Amino acid sequence: MQCNICKTRTATVHLTEIIDGQRTESHLCQSCAQKEGITIKSQLSLNELLGSLIAAHQQPDEQGRGEAEKSCPVCGMTMEIFRKQALLGCPKDYEIFERNLQVIIEKAHDGNLTHKGKIPGGISTSTNSVESQTASSSDTTKDKKEIKTENEMDSTHSASSGQAGSPRVKELEKQLEQAVRNEDYELAAKLRDQLKAMQ
Amino acid sequence: MRLNELSSRLSQWFCSESPLSDIVISSRIRLARNLAGHKFISRCDDREKQEILQTLKDAILSLDLLGDIFFVDIAGGSGLERDLLIERQLISRNLAAGKGPRGVVIATNELFAAQINEEDHLRLAVFAAGLNLDKCWQRINDIDDAIGRKIEYAFSPKLGFLTACPTNLGSGIRVSVMVHLPGLKMTDQLKKLFEAAKDMNLAIRGLFGEGTEAVGDFFQISNQVTLGISEEKTVEDFMTLIIPKIVEYERLARDRLMVKDANILDDKISRALALLKSARLISSHEAMFLLSNLRMGVNMGRIKEISIDTINELFLLTQPAHLQINKGQNLDPEQRDILRAETLRAKLN
Ligand SMILES: [Zn+2]
Ligand SMILES: [Zn+2]
Repeated sequence: MQCNICKTRTATVHLTEIIDGQRTESHLCQSCAQKEGITIKSQLSLNELLGSLIAAHQQPDEQGRGEAEKSCPVCGMTMEIFRKQALLGCPKDYEIFERNLQVIIEKAHDGNLTHKGKIPGGISTSTNSVESQTASSSDTTKDKKEIKTENEMDSTHSASSGQAGSPRVKELEKQLEQAVRNEDYELAAKLRDQLKAMQ
Repeated sequence: MRLNELSSRLSQWFCSESPLSDIVISSRIRLARNLAGHKFISRCDDREKQEILQTLKDAILSLDLLGDIFFVDIAGGSGLERDLLIERQLISRNLAAGKGPRGVVIATNELFAAQINEEDHLRLAVFAAGLNLDKCWQRINDIDDAIGRKIEYAFSPKLGFLTACPTNLGSGIRVSVMVHLPGLKMTDQLKKLFEAAKDMNLAIRGLFGEGTEAVGDFFQISNQVTLGISEEKTVEDFMTLIIPKIVEYERLARDRLMVKDANILDDKISRALALLKSARLISSHEAMFLLSNLRMGVNMGRIKEISIDTINELFLLTQPAHLQINKGQNLDPEQRDILRAETLRAKLN
């Protein structure tokens, strides 16, 4: 595929943007992408892409929609800026955009949403928060390494419902993730529409 | 000057006498941290970056558990100095290419580096030769505790250490192991490895190459999940599960090559040595590729007269910034190719 800008070099950077439900694709070569200020960080761009795909298919709840209108009083961050650069502006953003970020955090961390591990200054500095933290994190501890057999997959199928977070939705999201990884944007768009329809 | 001292010698983490060092070259653990009460880097002006730099630099330089350390100002330094530090893996391309006040505190033995104002305010890193993540974790945990007692980190009990990119959230730990996998490459099994890695939420990227393509079959394997898994568990998975498996597969592949394709193997290795010993012009790409084959030959006992340390040393000495700093002048690509070939002939003949 040719680069959209210089029309000579091969396009190696593929961008999918979804604005108001409209999908636009651009295909650029490395050097034009750099000129356009698009830095290529392989991990990041995947997460970014996922973030935007998922954000597009998810009908946000009231809180989520409210967040999308907000900007951070400390640093001026908005969800729109975040989608572009994939970097947050200050620690406060994690509170302000909690709902919107949750989806992205879950994706990036294999479904986990709660910290497990050390706290600042070593354990000795604040015993209280250690206790509360281990209590809350042990609830969510799951063994992520298990591999589902075909049968189990089927049973999750039959138990499916259209609710967000249901096994069927989770599975579609997994397929969506795979499609994005494979750069199969057609399939990704289809899966996204399916997910949309379930909500 | 300190950087000149670095450029002429081997990094300690690149030494041969270490666990599984024929396949596992080095271990690294990195922690991402940010100061409470400051914006993340992308929203900071230079004044705020300067404040952060000063605070962290003072805190780290005043620690007594770090031994002999020094600070390098990346904003003020030359491009060649930055490239040297990248080639020695002490700073990232991201820090080198950044804007505004930023720098790095480096231990003279090169087993510790603290990048300030990279993507996060602070990126601590500890290195070791071979597979040595336990030691790295103990060390970096102590250093992190000591810094955490001097300054306040951005932290939430629910989400852990707060980072500029949500993908580093939680423990902020990145465990990376550099491996040499010529056997899997020659037997066409890398794709299988990549698939398996994806299923286990691991990232694999090529080393010494531009972008994602690996030159010379060196790969860096890293964890990606940092939320909901403790640092100890992440380290343990690498030490007891992930890396031993990869080492086992690579050894199997090498054994198979020796049995089935010894002629092809020896041809590859001998050609590599012959070219390295006699070339007059050699690009860094070609040098990496040939040194990789040579390294495999020495580790498999096919070549006896060259030591692994010599080869490891050549990996560093033949890189562009190393050549130029050791020569004491800027060189264009053709001059570098000549000097690289000279360096190789001098060490191998
Ligand atoms: Zn172009
Ligand atoms: Zn903010």
